[in-house]
Amino acid sequence: MDRQEMANPDINDVLKTALAWREAGREVALATVVETGGSSPRPAGSNLVVAADGAFEGSVSGGCVESAVVSAALEVIASGEPRLLDFGYTDADAWAVGLACGGSVRVLVERID
Amino acid sequence: MKRAMLTALVAARRNRQAAVLVRGLTSGRQCVVTERECHGDTDVMDASIIQAARAALRLDGASVIEASGEPFLVQTEASPVRLFIIGAVHIAQALIPMARQLGFELCLIDPRTAFASPERFPDILIDNRWPKEAMPDYRLDARTAVVALSHDPKIDEPALQAAMDSSAFYIGALGSKANHLKRLGRLAALGYSDEQLRRIHGPIGLPLGGRSPAEIAVSTLAQVIQSRNSG
Repeated sequence: MDRQEMANPDINDVLKTALAWREAGREVALATVVETGGSSPRPAGSNLVVAADGAFEGSVSGGCVESAVVSAALEVIASGEPRLLDFGYTDADAWAVGLACGGSVRVLVERID
Repeated sequence: MKRAMLTALVAARRNRQAAVLVRGLTSGRQCVVTERECHGDTDVMDASIIQAARAALRLDGASVIEASGEPFLVQTEASPVRLFIIGAVHIAQALIPMARQLGFELCLIDPRTAFASPERFPDILIDNRWPKEAMPDYRLDARTAVVALSHDPKIDEPALQAAMDSSAFYIGALGSKANHLKRLGRLAALGYSDEQLRRIHGPIGLPLGGRSPAEIAVSTLAQVIQSRNSG
């Protein structure tokens, strides 16, 4: 029996979406949770994919930092330079967007070449 | 990240192989490691990182590992959970859309074509053979769950046997306590040990007190999730 037949088309597979968007010719950046502290909602390895037109799929938090990550992703798409974003660590942080949960999250944003 | 890394990850998932994506957070070096292959900058990476990536194939999630003064993000992409549903009954109709939301790969097995029809079960792989013939054609690995819902021992029990003979992480069987005891007696008579029989969750599901097909589907899937996360 072909194992392909069992494939779940509804599966929330952000990496597959990222590849499909890129192969369709869209400029794409991938955000990945690197580390978390305290009670942050999405674990390390969680992904959010962002296209140059602002479309996105997936999540790196409970919705608290996604808009900031999408903004950063658009810059990463333009520059090609990967970035590490820290949320909720310190007030002095350039990316100190508050997390309602009180946790912290570090996010890698990189362009898919 | 290079597109080839993403291609390798997606291909591994399609082939039901775990894959680990490694990224150097300062150098940008990257590779994808599977059980059999490596793609990417493996020649310029510390051997200890490749070793850590191989060890991570058996894990879930991601962590940061230091090697030669650089932090590396080591991210595991495990293959999706497969759920075999034995019995194309009312509960199965409620359970399948929920299981799909959970990201499970699904297969419905029932030789009764009037029950297991594409009209009643659209968009799911249906196998209309008896489980005794069907089950050996599938690889029941440690990311596989089997739920027997037909209420018919001729359909359910050969599937339960195949599940007990495999490394499936979850086996459940619908039915009352009394019926479950009778079922265990029949399976014991076939030579299954107490230890093997204890793998079958029966009556199926967490005790939520539900009675409707959808409520039983929730309690069943809740138990599957609990088993997966405690494993």
